[in-house]
Amino acid sequence: MRQPLLALLAKEPAHGYELKLALEQTFGQAYPSPNIGQIYVTLKRREQDGLVRSEDVEQTTRPNKRVYELTPAGREALRAWVGEPSDGPRIRDEFFIKLILAPMAGLADRMELMNSQRRHYLGIMRNLTELQAEADPADAPARLLIEGAILHLQADLDWLERCQEELV
Amino acid sequence: MSRTAPKGLPPPPERPAEAPLLLRTSKLVKVYRADGITVEAVRGVDIELAIGEFVAIMGPSGSGKSTLLHVLGGLEPATSGEIWLRGQRVDGLSTAAWAILRRQHIGFVFQFFNLLSNMTVADNVELPALLAGATPRQARKRREELLTELGIADKAGAAPARLSGGEQQRVALARALANEPSVLLADEPTGNLDSSNTRDVLRLLRRAHSQGQAILMVTHDARVASLADRVINLFDGMVADDAKIVPIPRGLNGVGDVLELRG
Repeated sequence: MRQPLLALLAKEPAHGYELKLALEQTFGQAYPSPNIGQIYVTLKRREQDGLVRSEDVEQTTRPNKRVYELTPAGREALRAWVGEPSDGPRIRDEFFIKLILAPMAGLADRMELMNSQRRHYLGIMRNLTELQAEADPADAPARLLIEGAILHLQADLDWLERCQEELV
Repeated sequence: MSRTAPKGLPPPPERPAEAPLLLRTSKLVKVYRADGITVEAVRGVDIELAIGEFVAIMGPSGSGKSTLLHVLGGLEPATSGEIWLRGQRVDGLSTAAWAILRRQHIGFVFQFFNLLSNMTVADNVELPALLAGATPRQARKRREELLTELGIADKAGAAPARLSGGEQQRVALARALANEPSVLLADEPTGNLDSSNTRDVLRLLRRAHSQGQAILMVTHDARVASLADRVINLFDGMVADDAKIVPIPRGLNGVGDVLELRG
């Protein structure tokens, strides 16, 4: 949550709720909506770190709102982050542990484990293909995000098939 | 992004829970013998396809998926076991009888399109209808409808080789659907297509299915398989799993179930 907020603030100063909306609009409805409380906590911490600063802006009909902007130190930290190569995805695959260990202990049959996992993946894939069909074709970030999820899931299924070939 | 109403995917067709059977096999076996080597490609398969149902067949390479599909379409004879189509036993039919059955009741789509290269797109699509006894006027009308529906009406006069892979597969789909077959058999129909063409073919298959087309499809592509009502997993020539696809309840997570953005 930390870097995306800094990146949005690098574009223009904003208050917390505007940042939440900006994230939603950028990544589309396929992506989990960021938690507003978490956004405020993150902003407050970054302010303590000196990466952002804020001021209250008076509003006539509503309570004051707190508008955040990036400090020079914040811009520097953001540049450093953008410049670093990013780690590849870390697959935390619980299923593989089950697949290998459970049959050793006589707790499950490998084929049954793989069948039920495949069904689960295909159920998620159905959701993703529906999200993809509903996505606005003009909204490239949202479309690519869904496609990324689909490709990862396809890789999981391919891996499952490899496990089936070798282990059964 | 605006939260627009779902588009693109029509809802799955309403079907009675126990739709009548269209296709059924019993203890189906296909053995290849050549030069003293025996390969048991299909080893006692029992599958069912209901009228209007869409079933995907998945499984590792060499699990017998394509062989099964070819045997079901009469492209290769079964070694033993039974195939029933529309209440008629068909496994013992002659090559000629299979050809007639295919013309009337079975549409085929392959990975590499298999269009006739020396004929125009229009002729490729009209040919099956003409062979089945349609008048030239009927065949042309059906062809025009199909090519329009598949978004390639402007390619009617072109040679298949002038078309992109995605367009060729749409022509192949139009040809397969020309005679309004009882069942569409598809062997890796998106296996040779890029992502955006795969999406187009997916949409067209989904639409055909929503209009009541029964489909039996071999695929590696989980996107394609996920549109099916049911997925059969073939392993080592046998059915390892056969289950309906149950969408995971769509909570707030969306792609977050699979992909988490960090930063």
